[in-house]
Amino acid sequence: MTNRRILEQKTVLVIIFLFALVSVFTTFGIIGVLLQETILFFEQVSIVEFLTGTRWTPLFASKKFGVLPLVNGTVLVAAGAMVVALPLGLLAAIYMSEYASTRARSVLKPFLEILAGIPTVVYGYFALLFVTPILKSIFPQTQAFNALSASIVMGFMILPTVASVSEDALSAVPRSLREAAYALGATKAEVATQVVVPAALSGIAAAFILAISRAIGETMIVAIAAGQQPKMTLNPLESIETMTAYIVQVSLGDTPHQSIAYQTIFAVGMLLFLMTLVMNIISYFFTKRFREVYE
Amino acid sequence: MTAITSSLRDITFEQQLAQRQRRGKILEIAALIAILLGIAMLLTLLVDVVIDGLPWLRPQLFTEFPSRFPEKSGLRSAIQGSIWLMVFTSIMVIPIGVGAGIYLEEFAPRNRLTEFIEINIANLAGVPSIIYGLLGLGLFVRGLGLGRSLIAGALTMTLLVLPIIIVTTREAIRAVPRSIRLAALALGASQWETARDHVLVYSMPAILTGVILAMSRAIGETAPLITIGALTYIAFDLRGPLDIFTVLPIQIFNWVSLPQKGFHDLAAAGIIVLLVLLLSMNALAIWLRNRLFIRW
Repeated sequence: MTNRRILEQKTVLVIIFLFALVSVFTTFGIIGVLLQETILFFEQVSIVEFLTGTRWTPLFASKKFGVLPLVNGTVLVAAGAMVVALPLGLLAAIYMSEYASTRARSVLKPFLEILAGIPTVVYGYFALLFVTPILKSIFPQTQAFNALSASIVMGFMILPTVASVSEDALSAVPRSLREAAYALGATKAEVATQVVVPAALSGIAAAFILAISRAIGETMIVAIAAGQQPKMTLNPLESIETMTAYIVQVSLGDTPHQSIAYQTIFAVGMLLFLMTLVMNIISYFFTKRFREVYE
Repeated sequence: MTAITSSLRDITFEQQLAQRQRRGKILEIAALIAILLGIAMLLTLLVDVVIDGLPWLRPQLFTEFPSRFPEKSGLRSAIQGSIWLMVFTSIMVIPIGVGAGIYLEEFAPRNRLTEFIEINIANLAGVPSIIYGLLGLGLFVRGLGLGRSLIAGALTMTLLVLPIIIVTTREAIRAVPRSIRLAALALGASQWETARDHVLVYSMPAILTGVILAMSRAIGETAPLITIGALTYIAFDLRGPLDIFTVLPIQIFNWVSLPQKGFHDLAAAGIIVLLVLLLSMNALAIWLRNRLFIRW
């Protein structure tokens, strides 16, 4: 090869190697930025107060920094969303993988993809201005902002994720298992529920955990429809505040740099990052397990 | 005696079988209903938005800046912001994402570092988008002193959609058969020339499809841009990458948050514009896929 061609290849290799490293820098960047402000925050607030306190009022005159009300709100909304997304998503996956004809799949699948591709701000609009009025007519005590409307709509938003990841797991179950069950006289539904679903369990678990992680990190639906009142409640008809909605609330105001309010969003962000990280790792190992078994 | 018991058994079996098949039918119907519920929800959402927003879909919506009065409000600054944000994001993310994809698929040695990069990318895809907003705020807005500018937003969006582009690029490249590479190498092309002139050319339609889908994700993102402080009230035309900016979803969010019904309907009109934009991007991606895809 001529020198010019060798040089070109070497230069390009260095550049695209650096491009590949951008992802590593991103991870370090996230951890670095979050740590920097979180450390400043914990110089002023004890970590015990942060993790065990039940009052969150950093924007008021009497400041309290107990993050539990935000965690409570986050878990309440996410749990509600899972009540919708997990059963419907799994059933949808069973239909797609076990029952649907090729034609039915090609018609149904794009709808689920569109459902997954709708911007979350649109879902927020729908939760606040369509779902909440309906809830109010059923339960008159429903507040204008409430956890339930956000939960229901978020559940439908996450449904396609659960369906598509679970469907991958169900489709990866070898035909021979199904045929063995049919040969023993099982009906189609028995094959699906007693053979295919148990065989794909780790993949389905991965889908469920991924869904929970998505629900915890979801921002716009809760910022629009669930309110800005951090409190310890399990009543989904009340206004609450999630961790993500709090970050949005502070970002919308004109919070001065280096104020304690500015630092709180990084501390809350750090907690959110760690929660989703743990779940993504668990989900990763479940996925790996079912891949190892069948591929 | 034996004949009688066996026929009795058959009757119970028949009855049980009928029951088992009924149960199977119930499962099938329940599963179908689950999907149809999702689709019904999608259609309800679309119909609701169209009913509320259609009367407001008029020329002023595109030519006016936001205002205190719904009748005088429009999406002019938001549309400009969204378009320019996409342009700047594409300029950065396409070379970086495609380059990283080529490196990982064609050149990367199988070692710890490569594995580490791959785990990183997989993990980044699962990080909530608002965390990218905090990264952008700390790194670009404050750290590099770019302020709440369009370029700070584009950099944040670049990091956010980068994993998607890398993953789709790798899938596209992987689909190109080995024989193509071997043929080029046998004729004396260098590894890079093989990648550039053959592998990349054949995988381009699939990469483009991935890029469009990634951009359609970016155009609907709201939370990270709110976190870096993209403003909602901007009543002037965008002049350059260092200007403050707003985008469609933030303008929609702002209008939804206001108490007046007029602004809510205006938000619905904004949603129609956003969804039409998204659907046309998706249609373009599907068209590209069907038209240019190479089946090996």
